[in-house]
Amino acid sequence: MSDAQSPTDFDFEPVDDFEPVDVFDDSMDLRPGADNCYKCTACDTSCPVAEVDDEFPGPKFQGPEQWRLKRKEDVEIDDSILSCSNCMRCDNACPSSVPLSQMHNEARGEYVENQMDHRSREYIRNRILANYRTLAELGSKVPRITNAVMGNSLVQKLNEKLLGITAEREFPEFATQTFREWWRERGGAQVSSEEKRIAYFHGCYSNYNTPEVGKALVRVFEEFGYEIAVPRQRCSGTPMFANGMLDDAERAANVNVPEFKDLIDEGYDVIASCTSCSMSLKQEYPELFQISGIDEVSNHTYEALEYLRIYEDVQGALEGKSVDYPDLAYHAPCHARNQGLDRQAVELFREVDGFEIEDVGSSCSGISGTYGWKAEKYEKSMKIGEDMFDHMHHAKGSVGMTECPTCSMQMEHGSGYEIRHPLQLLEEAVA
Amino acid sequence: MAIEEDVIVVGGGVAGTVAALSAAETGASVRLITHKKSTLRHASGLIDVLGYTPDADGPLADPFEGLDSLPEEHPYRVVGEDAIREGLATFDDIVGDEYHGEHTDANALVPTHGGAVKPTARYPKAAAAGVASDDRDMLLVGFASMTDFEASLAADHLDAAGVPFEARGVTIEFPKRFRADAKVTRFAKALDTDEDVGGRGTREALAAAVEPHLDGAARVGFPSLLGDDHRHEVRADLEAYLGAEVFEVPMGPPSLPGLRLEDLLFDALDEAGVGISSGNKAVGYETDDGEVSAVIVDRKGREIPYHADAFVLATGGLVGKGIDSSREGVREPLFDCYIPHPDDRYDWFVEDAFGDHPFTSFGVVPDDRLRPTRADGHAEFENLFAAGGVVGGANVAAEKSASGVSLATGVVAGRAAGDSI
Ligand SMILES: Cc1cc2nc3c(=O)[nH]c(=O)nc-3n(C[C@H](O)[C@H](O)[C@H](O)COP(=O)(O)OP(=O)(O)OC[C@H]3O[C@@H](n4cnc5c(N)ncnc54)[C@H](O)[C@@H]3O)c2cc1C
Ligand code: SF4
Ligand code: SF4
Repeated sequence: MSDAQSPTDFDFEPVDDFEPVDVFDDSMDLRPGADNCYKCTACDTSCPVAEVDDEFPGPKFQGPEQWRLKRKEDVEIDDSILSCSNCMRCDNACPSSVPLSQMHNEARGEYVENQMDHRSREYIRNRILANYRTLAELGSKVPRITNAVMGNSLVQKLNEKLLGITAEREFPEFATQTFREWWRERGGAQVSSEEKRIAYFHGCYSNYNTPEVGKALVRVFEEFGYEIAVPRQRCSGTPMFANGMLDDAERAANVNVPEFKDLIDEGYDVIASCTSCSMSLKQEYPELFQISGIDEVSNHTYEALEYLRIYEDVQGALEGKSVDYPDLAYHAPCHARNQGLDRQAVELFREVDGFEIEDVGSSCSGISGTYGWKAEKYEKSMKIGEDMFDHMHHAKGSVGMTECPTCSMQMEHGSGYEIRHPLQLLEEAVA
Repeated sequence: MAIEEDVIVVGGGVAGTVAALSAAETGASVRLITHKKSTLRHASGLIDVLGYTPDADGPLADPFEGLDSLPEEHPYRVVGEDAIREGLATFDDIVGDEYHGEHTDANALVPTHGGAVKPTARYPKAAAAGVASDDRDMLLVGFASMTDFEASLAADHLDAAGVPFEARGVTIEFPKRFRADAKVTRFAKALDTDEDVGGRGTREALAAAVEPHLDGAARVGFPSLLGDDHRHEVRADLEAYLGAEVFEVPMGPPSLPGLRLEDLLFDALDEAGVGISSGNKAVGYETDDGEVSAVIVDRKGREIPYHADAFVLATGGLVGKGIDSSREGVREPLFDCYIPHPDDRYDWFVEDAFGDHPFTSFGVVPDDRLRPTRADGHAEFENLFAAGGVVGGANVAAEKSASGVSLATGVVAGRAAGDSI
């Protein structure tokens, strides 16, 4: 539980003119969090945007300082909040556990709701990007046509002109068969178990774009004896938080939470293969929404490798294994870092023979979901990514690996490497 | 249970990383658990061993000469001189030629951003050309937008301190215009990637802005922001343009040299095969027959036990959150180890802000193997060892001994933990 939710644990003096930030009807009291800031600036030195963007005032300003300003009336949210990429690295730095990203999410939500013109090109573009799933659902109905159209350079130019979506990037291709279609076709779960049960949160990307990741998850967990459920689900909300579309995110959460809560009651744990999805369910859900069952869902959510490393002897299963696999340049996504998962793939796979895996350093990939898709952010995004590209080129391998779909787009875009997911390697080794 | 090691170290600062490496050297499998970024984000990057005696005599020319002046309960007295040397040797191994000072027992005198001269045992290569024992004249360069380094004031202070050279200070505009409160990381990035400013690189543009002020100075000091990954190239380029040696002056928080040291320490852990779990906090423990059998880590609400045969507590002092104080008292929050302190809160500090405050030496009381003890002098747990800021008995800020204490206790506690299994 974050500081923000247990204000009664704190010993603070009452302030008479206190006005809570009104983002939701049942707004949160972030005062203890803001008051915990002792201005050490550890957050500022870990912000990848502040490192390249001369105009960005940094997380300390976006968080505790802006929050304090807001308590006085009539202060508008500074529009630099839209330059925060929601990488959440500042959360991980703060020795005082100030809930920085929560403050940013709420400020961004308020800014988008009250200060942004909802007919502006920027708003419409952000709304489209944030609701990738809607686009993907349509696109994947006719994947070949969509791929051809979206891959057309004229369409890309138009997207840039009309919508402000950069023409520099290739749209990710849609799979000809979605993960859910595959799951239905194979007849659902092949293993049944009373004790070992997981409910898979596949998210949008491994459903529409990389079903091979979802399939790998299924094969690996079934190998370890798990019964798998794949309930109805919507977007985890990550791209919506980053664009300040909190209403959209809450609508999706209102579908996800009850679906998964029901399964938790039947003994399932929630497993995601994307580290931003697991981040969202674990941390942002209970921070931002009040939905019945949301704490249970948060407390039962794990990333796939994380779960196996806690409850199964994967290390043992991999011992002495040799796998015919290319050498790998591994990048840990920021959101994995925040859950303490940044080392898991390297630690697990460095014992396996047949290939080498190398960490390409602790820098941010720079794409941060929808951020690097925006024409005006594209250059910043590539500049943040420079360190990672550099380290990738110096690494022995010329195939990349990461848990995050958008980091993987950025890695591919900047290096030309093919990118895989740790579950695919695990599948190769154990399933 | 899947998460199981021989040794688990809690805390990822100087003490924790060195303890983990020392435990790994005994052949043990080791995992380091750390919550947030350590105090290295604020520290100057200098490695102090002992600069002043408890009676404020100093600066000491030789830190080892001052050991006898320390009180009985000081961690240096507990681990002994050899352990301090081993701590430094371990550090030298980790950092290779990134740090200087290993050629002598004597303290180096390094100018700080306020213009004080600080006695320290190891200093970054980037700061080397600035040492105060060198008699070549020095130009200090500050930037108008960076108010925490006032170059001419620092130069005046150095002169007043009686350094054997002439120091001058000048304030210029950084060639790239940033917002007024731009972060040090922004300056460093511009130099690291040599960003374009009006048709030339930032490095050349910076050198050109400094040159008119050079006036024969043999060395030029800048605040510590001269690049990160490519710091040696940045300095070499500036030196080539200026025809003078270039060095960095250690700054207050936030500290780039501290960040760089953090990278070096974690690379060494990786190299040694130490497992690292960062980002989640240790919140409790399990025992079995008087021994700690696991620490409980809060992974975003899920409490997961991490099992091991021996544990090292390296959670830092009051700043690192290894020691917690409230109106009620002073606590070690993870294992609730005994921390002696006066009952009356008003006895924790003295009136003089710069006086000898009792609270600065609050911490756990170690036995001769660095196990935290209870009030009766017995070890709290058979297999729990402690290192760094969480260990009491030293007034590290006044003595200028913080990193030295962390290194020496880190080596001893890590090895004791590894040997105990
Ligand atoms: C402003 C400042 C300037 C300094 N300047 C110098 C200097 O010039 N020279 C010098 O020699 N030294 C300096 N130091 C001291 C030095 O940086 C260290 O503070 C000191 O060596 C103690 O290090 P440590 O490893 O014991 O603790 P810390 O660096 O405090 O690290 C403790 C770590 O433990 C983690 N932790 C705490 N509780 C938990 C938990 N429950 N679970 C998991 N992890 C936990 C913290 O997140 C942190 O990462 C300075 C310190 C500060 C604050
Ligand atoms: S979330 Fe990332 S981009 Fe935003 S302020 Fe924090 S560190 Fe910077
Ligand atoms: S890291 Fe935390 S305490 Fe430090 S300045 Fe940022 S918010 Fe404040």
